[in-house]
Amino acid sequence: MPLLEARSLSKSFGGLQALSKVSLTIERGQIYGLIGPNGAGKTTLFNLLTGLYRPDEGSVVLDGMEVTGRKPHVIVHAGMARTFQNIRLFAHMTAIENVMVGRHLRTKAGALGAILRGPRTMGEERAIRTRARELLEYVGVARHSHAQAKNLSYGDQRRLEIARALATDPKLLALDEPAAGMNATETAALRGLMDQIRADGVTILLIEHDVKLVMGLCDRVAVLDYGKCIAEGAPALVQKDAAVIEAYLGGALP
Amino acid sequence: MVTRLLRHWNVLKVHRHAPWIGTALVAVSLAILPFALEAGLSRTWVRIVDFALLYAMLAMGLNIVVGFAGLLDLGYIAFYAVGAYSYALLASPHFGLHLPFWVLLPIGALVAAFFGILLGSPTLRLRGDYLAIVTLGFGEIIRIFLNNLNAPVNITNGPQGVNRIDPIQLGGMDFTKTQEILGITFPGTHLHYYLFLLLTILTIVICIRLEDSRIGRAWIAIREDEIAAQAMGINTRNVKLLAFAMGATFGGVAGGLFSAFQGFVSPESFGLLESIMVLCMVVLGGMGHVAGVVLGALLLATLPEVLRHTASPVQQQIFGKVILDPESLRMLLFGLALILVMLLRPGGLWPSPIRRRELTNATAPAKV
Amino acid sequence: MDIFLQQVLNGLVLGSVYALVALGYTMVYGILGLINFAHGEVVMVGALTALSVMTGITSLGLGLPGPLVVLLALLVAMAVCMALGFSIERVAYRPLRRAPRLAPLITAIGVSILLQNIAMLVWGRRYHTFPSIITPTPHNFLGATITDLQVFIIVISGLIMGGLLLLVHYTRLGRAMRATSENQIVAGLMGVNVNKIIAATFVIGSALAAVAGVLVSANYSIAHYYMGFMLGLKAFTAAVLGGIGNLGGAMLGGLLLGLIESIGAGYIGDLTGGFLGSHYQDVFAFVVLIAVLVFRPTGLMGERVSERA
Repeated sequence: MPLLEARSLSKSFGGLQALSKVSLTIERGQIYGLIGPNGAGKTTLFNLLTGLYRPDEGSVVLDGMEVTGRKPHVIVHAGMARTFQNIRLFAHMTAIENVMVGRHLRTKAGALGAILRGPRTMGEERAIRTRARELLEYVGVARHSHAQAKNLSYGDQRRLEIARALATDPKLLALDEPAAGMNATETAALRGLMDQIRADGVTILLIEHDVKLVMGLCDRVAVLDYGKCIAEGAPALVQKDAAVIEAYLGGALP
Repeated sequence: MVTRLLRHWNVLKVHRHAPWIGTALVAVSLAILPFALEAGLSRTWVRIVDFALLYAMLAMGLNIVVGFAGLLDLGYIAFYAVGAYSYALLASPHFGLHLPFWVLLPIGALVAAFFGILLGSPTLRLRGDYLAIVTLGFGEIIRIFLNNLNAPVNITNGPQGVNRIDPIQLGGMDFTKTQEILGITFPGTHLHYYLFLLLTILTIVICIRLEDSRIGRAWIAIREDEIAAQAMGINTRNVKLLAFAMGATFGGVAGGLFSAFQGFVSPESFGLLESIMVLCMVVLGGMGHVAGVVLGALLLATLPEVLRHTASPVQQQIFGKVILDPESLRMLLFGLALILVMLLRPGGLWPSPIRRRELTNATAPAKV
Repeated sequence: MDIFLQQVLNGLVLGSVYALVALGYTMVYGILGLINFAHGEVVMVGALTALSVMTGITSLGLGLPGPLVVLLALLVAMAVCMALGFSIERVAYRPLRRAPRLAPLITAIGVSILLQNIAMLVWGRRYHTFPSIITPTPHNFLGATITDLQVFIIVISGLIMGGLLLLVHYTRLGRAMRATSENQIVAGLMGVNVNKIIAATFVIGSALAAVAGVLVSANYSIAHYYMGFMLGLKAFTAAVLGGIGNLGGAMLGGLLLGLIESIGAGYIGDLTGGFLGSHYQDVFAFVVLIAVLVFRPTGLMGERVSERA
């Protein structure tokens, strides 16, 4: 059974059709890329998959569970976590606090636990903190654990966001342009991180503009243009697809 | 917290035992305060401090809603009212019911929490400004109902309010009467002081623990960026509702205590102005910072008396009469305080480390 | 049927005033995305200023004709309110344009309280009798009574609203206002002086508030330092009901709310079997507000705006 199955998703805003009947299937252990010109609908698709928007039609099934139109926190519970194109960290919390928030849905202590601070609650808190530290190490920003998130460098912020998403124990990690604004070295490091994440059992869905990164890293790629999926398959094949070339370059090469 | 304070001021370097000495000093001062006040000023001041402690509890309750979770509630006093009236109706000649104290407070808390959930469920998904107005409306609705539910069935006794409310009875002692314990004479005001002080300290501990917990982090995350919080799996609706309900509970308990202390409640104690005053305590003291909020409450609760002793004589001196009576002066200062704090020192008089960063960095561009 | 028609007429009068005030809220919200809490207080200042001017002129014994006195009072009130609105924006809102949402909201509350208390100091706590600016000669209309004053209120409000619509849709200023409320940044790039437009919005809204203050005080013959609060709240409800940010919506919302309140107050006794009386009139506005925000937050004429993440 595929990990994620999106069928015929459509979404319009007012008169603008942002997505029409887009389908994709992601298998476990893949790194799946989503590319396309600006405005093609990639982030809209992301937002539909992760519950920020409700689709006008279509369905999303995650690991066998129907999650179409469910609220974001339900989808995260089901195992899909995301990062944001514009980095949405909790700016004034420290790095480690950000990641600790990511552990919220996998832990239980409520108000009563917080007030009484019994052994179970304190044990859970320790576990949360330990896991957060581990994740910060994992993505390579452990030295900034106690710095405010907004004071981290751009690349570190992106990695922190990934750590935070990983804290939710996702099956599918959806990354929205994680390499945006990064130089070649940072991108290579990011690629290494993503390989590691995949190796550790998390499937990745990736929106990216960096063609080299996508082609080198992804197992399969889907191309969106004007809200429609115009090509889907192995990167090498998609690269040569006429429709894709036309979408990016505006016309077939002579 | 005292230890943290002292560490912050590097007093620890002075003496190894400094934190303990500091805590002991504070404890002793608090213990003898009512006697010191009565001797130095008057018993009225002990009463003022008693009310100030009630406000401190209220302010901490509102702080959970406004300060931690970032939800502007302008009708918070409604929960105070609900708690007060629950107590009054169940412990006075009005219905002839006289439930014991230890039953009444939890009931008041539960009723207030219920109203908190009732109000919060449909409205917490609204954006900040809309939520503010809706809560304001709710506060007014409660007040109007309290004022008018005396016909055809007399539930609240309308504008006249409920009086002859049972005093607090604990350990066989009637708190309105002077008691003799271990050879020391404790007038009613002093008895209430110790009870309220205990409850205030309890509230402080609860709030500090809440802040530094999984729930506290969730509240702050929602305050920082609700969409990101949702994307991290936080059920923001329920978590916000929890903040609301907790705030309401504190209000309800404080309301019950108020009822018992004053012996009398009426709708006019629970208007918009009171909601704004509690908000002012939170904002002025330091939004989101428990210590700041307590400071704000103590300052603003004692302000009218201070004004009465300073502003009035000063005006008499200069103008020959009092132009601005303490009440009007107080409200004027509240309004001014809200404006000035937001413009000049949004973190409040005693900001929390996080909040100060948040609010004063408003004009600095975010690092993207 | 007589009662119903009477309530309808009363409702239209009340609604016209709500509409005038609601326009102020909706314009500011449309441009700044901010609820101008202090707007109700501006209405109050308008009413009381006009009262003072009228009292002042009369006490001077100049023997000026009634309508002239009223006109002068109105103009002074408008000028004062416009200055007030301008100052409020400049002092309390502009510095906080980029602060988190909570901040200008709190300042607005502060301004509201400040104004109330200053008004209390200047005009005292008592209820002032406000003269009927037009002799309220009653007329019979299909069994219900309507006075000249009430007709005047409806007509003047209608004219002003019409004027505002003309301003917004057919003048350069209006175009700039509409552009700024659509997209402040782009409007600025197109050469619109955004600060001036925002100030103009406040000023125009305040002028309307002054008129509304005079009209409502004349209708109820009372002016009082606390009158702005309830009125402001209800007018805001009207703006939300009609669709906040939408001028036509504010007008529609105002009239509707006036009708709802009037008819509701008239019939609530019957509706609830005598349990709730007409002193619950104020509750209507709040219930409407909560209902609208919960069930149809975009209001009657609002557009469905989607949020892009």
